[in-house]
Amino acid sequence: MVNLTIDGKEVAVKEGTTILKAARFAGIEIPTLCYHERLNPIGSCRMCIVEIEGLAHPMTACNTPVTEGIIVTTDSPRLQKMRMETLKLLLVKHPLDCPVCDKGGECTLQDLVHEFEIEGAVYQAEREKQEFSYPTPLINYWPDRCIMCLRCATACREIKGLGAIDIDGSGFNAIINAVNPDKCESCGECIQVCPTGALTENLTGYKGRPWMVNRVMTTCTYCGCGCQLEINVFNNRIVGITTKDGIGVNKGSLCVKGRFGYEFIESEERLTKPLIKKDGRFHEASWDEALGLVAEKLKAIKASHGADAIAGLSSARCTNEENYLMQKFMRAVIGTNNIDHCARL
Amino acid sequence: MAGLATAFGSGAMTNPIADVLKSEVILVTGSNTTENHPIFANYIKEAVLKKGAKLIVIDPRKIDLVDYASIWLRPKPGTDVAWINGLLHVIIREDLHDAEYIKERTEGFEELKACVEKYNPEYVSEISGIPSSDLINAALTYGKAKPASIMYAMGITQHITGTDNVKSLANLAMLCGNVGVEGGGINPLRGQNNVQGACDLGALPNVFTGYQPVTNDEVRQKFEKTWGVDSLQSTAGLTVTEMFNAAEEGKVKAMYIMGENPMLSDPDVHHIEHCVKSLEFLVVQDIFLTETAEYADVVLPGVPFAEKDGTFTNSERRVQRVRRAIQPRGEAREDHWIICELSKRMGYHMDYGSPSEIMEEIRTVTPSYAGITYERIEKEGISWPCPGEDHPGTAILHLERFARGKGLFSAIDYKKPAELPDKEYPFLLTTGRVLEHYHTGTMTRKGKGLNMLYPELLAEINPEDAVGLGIESGDFVTVTSRRGDIKVKTIISERPDRGVVFVPFHFKESPANILTINAIDPIAKIPEYKVCAVRVERQKDKTGD
Repeated sequence: MVNLTIDGKEVAVKEGTTILKAARFAGIEIPTLCYHERLNPIGSCRMCIVEIEGLAHPMTACNTPVTEGIIVTTDSPRLQKMRMETLKLLLVKHPLDCPVCDKGGECTLQDLVHEFEIEGAVYQAEREKQEFSYPTPLINYWPDRCIMCLRCATACREIKGLGAIDIDGSGFNAIINAVNPDKCESCGECIQVCPTGALTENLTGYKGRPWMVNRVMTTCTYCGCGCQLEINVFNNRIVGITTKDGIGVNKGSLCVKGRFGYEFIESEERLTKPLIKKDGRFHEASWDEALGLVAEKLKAIKASHGADAIAGLSSARCTNEENYLMQKFMRAVIGTNNIDHCARL
Repeated sequence: MAGLATAFGSGAMTNPIADVLKSEVILVTGSNTTENHPIFANYIKEAVLKKGAKLIVIDPRKIDLVDYASIWLRPKPGTDVAWINGLLHVIIREDLHDAEYIKERTEGFEELKACVEKYNPEYVSEISGIPSSDLINAALTYGKAKPASIMYAMGITQHITGTDNVKSLANLAMLCGNVGVEGGGINPLRGQNNVQGACDLGALPNVFTGYQPVTNDEVRQKFEKTWGVDSLQSTAGLTVTEMFNAAEEGKVKAMYIMGENPMLSDPDVHHIEHCVKSLEFLVVQDIFLTETAEYADVVLPGVPFAEKDGTFTNSERRVQRVRRAIQPRGEAREDHWIICELSKRMGYHMDYGSPSEIMEEIRTVTPSYAGITYERIEKEGISWPCPGEDHPGTAILHLERFARGKGLFSAIDYKKPAELPDKEYPFLLTTGRVLEHYHTGTMTRKGKGLNMLYPELLAEINPEDAVGLGIESGDFVTVTSRRGDIKVKTIISERPDRGVVFVPFHFKESPANILTINAIDPIAKIPEYKVCAVRVERQKDKTGD
């Protein structure tokens, strides 16, 4: 174990722990922007700077490991001023377009600017307009809003092992660009980790503000991974799919189908009324008519040909409870074991 | 699932997916994990990139995971038993098997040993096309690792020898003492969100919930009592494939199909169409007017997951909540409501205030789900078996002993696929999914997003074959089997081997299952989607018309 002091508190942590993690362990919050739990420290934003007694310059807490006996200060007028300058420099590029930004209301940059009581963009710089291409049409990239924290490129490389995007250019002209566009799987890991509105979903035009949206945690309907996701609902319509870091088997990840494959639910082609076929054509019917007809036909076939003349297919798309009822229906009501589903297909 | 049930006594993933982070070696076969189980693939990549695990990929296609693999073997499709026996042969020959584990926990080893005797690397190479040195390398890598895990999916099961393939993989895992240990195991990745749950809840012709056999008197009596009926049928019913054949023969007169689309998903679509047309009465319950629903006499509008409450059970046997986010569209209703209403009209009352009440009934008749309540899984799912409310659930199966007592080795010989390429049909067709789409496309082809990424079917053809056929990427070809033909656009790609064509089955305009063969595994009744013989011909006008 390594012993150190953070803001006057004595802390003992395992060797190799970073100062940031040691502080969090001790219940001390250090502001961060580029740091993300799932990623190796990036150290690009310099918000997490701390003073270490005996060192002239502050160090970034996210990627500095603890050493025996160090005395760390996480908050001082000097650190406050430096962090404030960092934020002001980010605002040189980042427009204060929060009212029209999808992320307004749940943006880490917005929260920090508010917390540090910065009242507007104070610096300006000449910038060249950069040509860029994002590797998937399902995501919009807003280079002006991008603060070059590199969470997106790091997540693409570290979590997905792909490296489809990376930093391109330098200084105020730097942007995120597609470096291996063919590698992109459109999973949206980059959106998930983006702390600002630099990356936004390009599917739903109709969106509610984050605080107006109801997020319902549920289980994905596609493959057997069983990812936990949040259906974003506004006015009884689905306006997006998100997930939460650390929840379920997916721990904050989703795939292209889980994140972007929700449009079918709102499809105009959905069946909204029971249909009965007459003379080769479907006609809309009431539930009473449709169910009455089904019951009558099944009873008649059972009576004349026996229960085994009827077969049922249940569904891996339906819930456990529905599968249970379907097999119960076939076994207890119809009286046959002719019940199966698509497990084999 | 039948394969694992024979070997271990339970046919489900033995270990949780996060366990691969503890594996020294991960063997992935017959699973294009990055496209079909992208989140599981994240874990495999993390194990390789961050934890230093070695990945062995054994797959006829050069799938994306190959980029992360230390070893990639490319067998000819349908030769799985041969190369697995080859691995067993080398591991036994090199004395890398876990003798103590075999003695303590398994039976049938001597028969297995005798059976794999002849599967030396040279012999296996002749059958599978895998160079013998590569096979030896893979065997040594898997054999020396502790623990090592195995992942497989439909590339293993969708063969007439599917059950044999699975039993063979179970042999491999047991041989090296890798079952019932952290970071080990043998893990079938379930292809559909709730295929595990549908099996668990008895949507199978031979078992009630929790795999309780319909042939068992005590089990039947329990269900008769709970359900309030006189006598439940004591013989197994028909499987999907058998149902359709019985319809064609006039034995099955009516079908009630909920949330399935066999007209695109089942092999030899022309045959299925004929079977469905032979029915006197067909009811289809779905969210769209699917290809199958078109043939129905009555169509009942169900709702998708976002409009209902309930639970799904994932591939890790974890029972998780499904929660209603929006109200049902129009007059569409939850499938459980529809079944209850129909049941009432048939003279049997099913009354449940909510899906949680259905779960309460499930718990009383299903020992493996007995401890699972909505309250307990509110925040986090629980993996079965969970026999009581004070039981935490079971992450790893077969820890102390196998569900059946001792693990059973099966001595299995290699058998050829039902239909192999010949002079008339020189290519081998294999079918599957792509990342952007799902099964019959009922859901994924409705919106614009996923279709921007993958708008139309692309058949993958190897560059050398493309030269022979005189085609380039984007040209159209006709693919013909003994059962029918489809016109498809091609993409020239290193992914399939020479002589192999890969066609995704999501597209109703060019249904791959017009071509596939209705040859099934005799035990699991899974069709052989991964191997049949086809002819590929260039379309003269280079368009699809």
